[in-house]
Amino acid sequence: MTLPEKVILPLQQNIGAPAAALVKKGDKVKTGDKIGESKSFVSALLHATVSGEVEGIIQVINPASGRLCDAIVIASDGLDTTADFQPVKDVSALTNEEIIAKIKDAGIVGMGGATFPTHVKLVPPKDKIVDTLIMNGCECEPYITSDHRVMLEYGDKVLAGLGLIAKVLSIKNVYLAIEDNKENAIEHLAKLIDEAKYNFQVIPIKTRYPMGAEKTLVKTVINKEVPIGGLPLDVGAVVQNVSTAKAIYDAVYEGKPLIERVVTVTGNIKTPKNLLVRFGTPIKNLIDYCGGTTGGEVIMGGPMMGIAQFDLGFPITKGTNCILVKDALTIKESDCINCGRCVEVCPMGLLPTLYPKYVKKGRYADCKASYVENCVECGACTYSCPANIPIVQYIKIAKKEIIKRKASK
Amino acid sequence: MAEGNLQVSPGPHLWHGLSVSKIMYIVVIALLPPTGAAIYFFGYRALTVIITSVVFAVLTEFVVKKMRGKPFVMDGSAIITGLLLALTLPPTINLWMVALGAIFSIAIIKEAFGGLGHNIFNPALSARAFLTASFGVEMTTWTTSTGFTADAIATATPLSKSVAWQGGYLPLFWGNIAGSIGETSAFAIIIGAIILISLRIIDWRIPATYVGTVAILSLIIGKDPVLYVLGGGLLLGAVYMATDYVTSPITHKGRIIFGVGCGIITMVIRALGGLPEGVCYSILLMNAVTPLIDRYVKTRPFGLVKVAKSKT
Repeated sequence: MTLPEKVILPLQQNIGAPAAALVKKGDKVKTGDKIGESKSFVSALLHATVSGEVEGIIQVINPASGRLCDAIVIASDGLDTTADFQPVKDVSALTNEEIIAKIKDAGIVGMGGATFPTHVKLVPPKDKIVDTLIMNGCECEPYITSDHRVMLEYGDKVLAGLGLIAKVLSIKNVYLAIEDNKENAIEHLAKLIDEAKYNFQVIPIKTRYPMGAEKTLVKTVINKEVPIGGLPLDVGAVVQNVSTAKAIYDAVYEGKPLIERVVTVTGNIKTPKNLLVRFGTPIKNLIDYCGGTTGGEVIMGGPMMGIAQFDLGFPITKGTNCILVKDALTIKESDCINCGRCVEVCPMGLLPTLYPKYVKKGRYADCKASYVENCVECGACTYSCPANIPIVQYIKIAKKEIIKRKASK
Repeated sequence: MAEGNLQVSPGPHLWHGLSVSKIMYIVVIALLPPTGAAIYFFGYRALTVIITSVVFAVLTEFVVKKMRGKPFVMDGSAIITGLLLALTLPPTINLWMVALGAIFSIAIIKEAFGGLGHNIFNPALSARAFLTASFGVEMTTWTTSTGFTADAIATATPLSKSVAWQGGYLPLFWGNIAGSIGETSAFAIIIGAIILISLRIIDWRIPATYVGTVAILSLIIGKDPVLYVLGGGLLLGAVYMATDYVTSPITHKGRIIFGVGCGIITMVIRALGGLPEGVCYSILLMNAVTPLIDRYVKTRPFGLVKVAKSKT
């Protein structure tokens, strides 16, 4: 889509430490220039996504956490002059360390939404044996089609990116898990694999929410359960999102940092689209570009875990895969009738019905004893609750309270 | 869209849309076949018993909610209680007893415990037990099912201990036998069960394990399993009452324990007790242990076993 006049780049767009600004007001930057960096290992670099002049550093409210965070504002000069990207001619000559360094320099994070810095994932602890790489070709949530588009339009780059990850981690088993409602993506990638002679395996997966969640996906593909509180690494698996794989290709082959991504704009939108968007573009620009909206709440993310926005000036970040405009639901919570639907749908094998009851009485220790921390907040319980109890919101309260109490001890 | 006037609500922003009252009205619809069968086989008497029971159940709910200062919602649950109570009563019962039972079920068993979702015992069954304890003779006087035409004649139910059943299986299935007005037609109840199970309103595990346990145990003690399954209130109880969400366990495993428990107690009462029938008490007894089942029978959290292994 057209470049915005101004981009707002929060310094924390990843899990882990926020980056510190490397630029100040009045600095001229080119697209792709490094503007944020952290000394911490679990962190990601930040790059200018347009060329122009730094307008200053402002504070924005992170819509996910509700906390304030610094953001660099760059006024675009409209030229999109790029920094000097250095494509690599012979990628096979690169050492693993060089590949990881390029990924780190490109500021790549997990683009499925978790925004875990990718270079960290590629350096597993020495005692862990990693033998499986799973490409997550399952959309995070209903309504979202951005990963689907990426697979269709950048399939070759996605495969090359996966090849790099497999090389770095010396993994032989590479599975492309794709939801079975994306038949054309399954066929397309299978064809590309044949043509390029990759030793990858495409696995069609039943389309079922929350299949895009790592733990569910790992269990479905290799039938191993990630332990409570653990990572897929603990069962020898690494999961990568398709957009992340594409970003890795861009970084290593073309020397291009992560400055844009595909975002689904859908719902009550005149012409719903998937757009290639520079980070920092305000939500409003995307909606306007798609012809405007017929009204409703504006959700960043999907309908299940997405967060309704109060400011359309908020920018697209590395983890934003969808802007959904939707009529708001009214919650009329009534008493639990013990029907067991939440228990039936919980992908984590929990008894979600317990948590609202505990939280209302302040029984956080009981929440913890009932494995509330195992919850992935997919919202399936709340979606299916006949009594309209916002179970997942009670769970979030419980989790926050447990962390708070741990900290105060 | 007006700037600065955005609506914000917590996620998830989708909802299945199957509300409590929708579920309740689906159950009401699923209760129509046995209700129709009751009227078909027992005539005007059955109709008046049903109307009295439902009207008093709903009225009681309305009055008690007002007394408690809570909003009255016509969510259909009182209709279910009224209907279920009526279906468990003999056709000749006095109507004021029916009304008393309906008031007891809603006021004492349901609302006094906190209303829908908080009651420990199934309201309809508790009221039936209450009426049996209070009016023993009226609650055990059975008549033949003669529909609207002829006068009913006093007779024994198929499970009677003094008279052996000689009517064959077909009447047991269609329902032209003596018994509580709603329990006699297995055919009508099975239609209701198909509706409830196919719409996933009830879990098949409870009726399946309950009926299965009764059938197997009656075979073991050398009784006719068909008579024991179709002859009394088993199907009505297993499909509509043992599956009551509020008073049955929440996990699949718990529900299987519940169904088997109901089956065992039913057979103990029928085979060893003085009563010909044990469905009502068996479900009430299992209602009482439901909190205990839910406390000890839990789901296995995803990833739990692996943690235990890695620690050792």
